[in-house]
Amino acid sequence: MTSDHDETHGVSRRKILECMTWAGTGVLWTIAGGVPRSTGLIGEAQAAEPSGLTFLQISDSHVGFDKPANPNASGTLEEAINKIKALPVKPAFVLHTGDITHLSKLSEFDDADRIISQARLDVHYVPGEHDVIDPEQKLYRERYGRGAKGAGWYSFDANGVHFIGLVNVVDLKAGGLGNLGNDQLEWLESDLKGRSASTPIVVFAHIPLWSVYPQWGWGTDDAARALDQLKRFGSVTVLNGHIHQIMQKVEGNVTFHTAMSTAFVQPAPGAQPSPGPMKVADDKLRSLLGITDVTFKRGQQRLAIVDQPLQG
Amino acid sequence: MTKIAKHIRVAAILAATVFAAAATLPAASARAPETEVKIDNFAFAPQRIVVQAGTTVTWINADDAPHTVASSTKVFKSGALDTEDKFSFTFTTPGTYEYFCSLHPHMTGTVVVEAAAAGNAAQ
Repeated sequence: MTSDHDETHGVSRRKILECMTWAGTGVLWTIAGGVPRSTGLIGEAQAAEPSGLTFLQISDSHVGFDKPANPNASGTLEEAINKIKALPVKPAFVLHTGDITHLSKLSEFDDADRIISQARLDVHYVPGEHDVIDPEQKLYRERYGRGAKGAGWYSFDANGVHFIGLVNVVDLKAGGLGNLGNDQLEWLESDLKGRSASTPIVVFAHIPLWSVYPQWGWGTDDAARALDQLKRFGSVTVLNGHIHQIMQKVEGNVTFHTAMSTAFVQPAPGAQPSPGPMKVADDKLRSLLGITDVTFKRGQQRLAIVDQPLQG
Repeated sequence: MTKIAKHIRVAAILAATVFAAAATLPAASARAPETEVKIDNFAFAPQRIVVQAGTTVTWINADDAPHTVASSTKVFKSGALDTEDKFSFTFTTPGTYEYFCSLHPHMTGTVVVEAAAAGNAAQ
C-alpha cells in the first residue's frame, strides 16, 4: 500500500539495508525518512545539541554474573551508570531491555536496583529470560510489572512518541525462538488501534524481533505478526538486547537495533561453537560493553541512535 | 603398608560379596542404572539417549550460562542450573521424552525409555 508511505516524505521504496557493526567505536546513526546514514563518531555526536526527546537504552546487565568473561558485572554496570550521569544532555528516561540479573535472585535484583537508581532517572524495564527463572517466576513482575499486562507488557507516551515494551521470554516452546504469544499480540492490536500512522513508534523487547541467527535462538517466532501491525506507521524503531553486540537492520519504515551488554561479550553469529559468554582481553572488554543513546527530533522524522562503549 | 593391605583385603571381600549377589540376584537389584548428559556449548550431549526403565539421568551444566532441563510435556523440569549444577530424574515409565532448555529453547534433547529386561522389572 503506497499510501502507507505518505507520512514519510514520499520515500516510497527503500532499499533494504543491513548493517552490522561490532562495537569498538561508537557510530552515530541518523535515521531520516527511514534511511540510516552514519554521520560520525561519538565525539561529533556529543558535540551536536539534540533538541527533542533523548532517552537511553541499557541492556543485559546480568548482575550476579562472575565468570571469566567478566568477573565483576556489577562493576561494569556501575561504570555504565556513571557514563549516563556524565552525559552532556540528560536523557528523559532509560529503557532497560532485559537480563537485569543473571539468575533471577532477590539479591541480584536488589543490587541492580541499587546501582541503576544512582542514575536518578525513570527506568522502563522489560524482562530477559534470565529475569524469569526464579521458581515461581514472580520476582520480576512484583518489582517491575505493576500496572503491566500479562507477563509484563505495557506502553506509554513521551513527547508524542509511543513506546511499547514487549515480553518475548516466557512460555518458550521446545525447538522455538522468542515468543510473544496470542494474548500479547491481541493487546498490541488494541494498543495501536486508532493511533495516527504519523505517530513515531519505539518498540523495545529483550530478544531481537528480527531473525538475527535462529541457529542460536536469536529471533522471535511470532515477531512477524507484531511487525504486520506496525507496518502502517511511518517511523518504527525496534530496540532489543540479548545478543550482547550491536547490529542494525532497516526494513521499510522499521529500524531494528540491538544494544551492547553492560556485562559481557557474546560472539558474532557462528563465530564460536555457541553463543556463550566470550572472554576477551581485559583491555578490550570495556570497548565492547556500553550504552545506547537515542534522540528523536520532532518534525524531522529523525531518530539518532548512538552506541557508546564504556571505554575507547 | 599394613593399612593398604587391609584396604585391599576389604575391597576383595566387597568384590566377592557383590559378585556373589550378582550371581544369585537380578542385576538391577545390585545397583539402579544411572547415566549422565552433559550440557555444553548450548547443547545436550548426547542429544539422544536410550535407557532402561528405572534409570536415573543426571544432567550437568558445563556452560558459563545457566540452562534448564524441561520436559516438553511437563513430566519434569529443573530449576535454573548454573555452571556445574546438576539435575537428576528417574525414568520409570517406558516412552519417548522430549525435553529442552526453557531459557534457550533451540536446545533440545530426547530420552527414550525402554521397558526394563524381565529380571529388572522387580521394584
